Amino acid sequence: MTVTILAFGIAKDIFGASSIDIELPADALASDLKLLLEDKYPRLKQIRSYLLAVNNEYANDDLVLDSRDEIAVIPPVSGG
Amino acid sequence: MSPSCGGIDVFIGTVRDATKGKQVLRLEFEAYEKMAVSEMQKLADRAMQQWPVQKVVIHHRTGVLQVGEVPVVIAVAAAHRDAAFEACRFLIDTLKQTVPIWKKEVFEDGEVWVSATP
Repeated sequence: MTVTILAFGIAKDIFGASSIDIELPADALASDLKLLLEDKYPRLKQIRSYLLAVNNEYANDDLVLDSRDEIAVIPPVSGG
Repeated sequence: MSPSCGGIDVFIGTVRDATKGKQVLRLEFEAYEKMAVSEMQKLADRAMQQWPVQKVVIHHRTGVLQVGEVPVVIAVAAAHRDAAFEACRFLIDTLKQTVPIWKKEVFEDGEVWVSATP
């Protein structure tokens, strides 16, 4: 399945785009996506930390992804 | 504002002209807007559960802000000031940790996403 990943802050700089498409096996977990992204974009491993958000909620690593999900990479936030 | 409130505590965040002694020219804010709004709603709900507060406002700007401008305003109304101060402090502290908003500091000689790298 193809999923679209939204990127913000430094993640947008790392991807070179505000969204990217990634090919994932069906029933992939959030942790699978993280590994794939880190493999494709090694600079992700150099930032302090990052989380995935799925459908506007912070996602645990064991969350099963669906092609209809809205997925975003959330680097360390710095509002305020 | 409600007649049963005895005070409103307001936190106003302003753009500072320096970070760690280095001059900041401006800040650039970016948000994952839909999620930022839902996370701010969650914070307001938590504050209202945790303290006897009656009204909460959280406002955050995005885009380019110059030194002295106001990126964030939080206001909390309560019957008594202790609850208002505590809830206001909780809201700004937690906003900075959980709400998907990012700030880029722009210097004379470059720019950096705040907190992004170790």
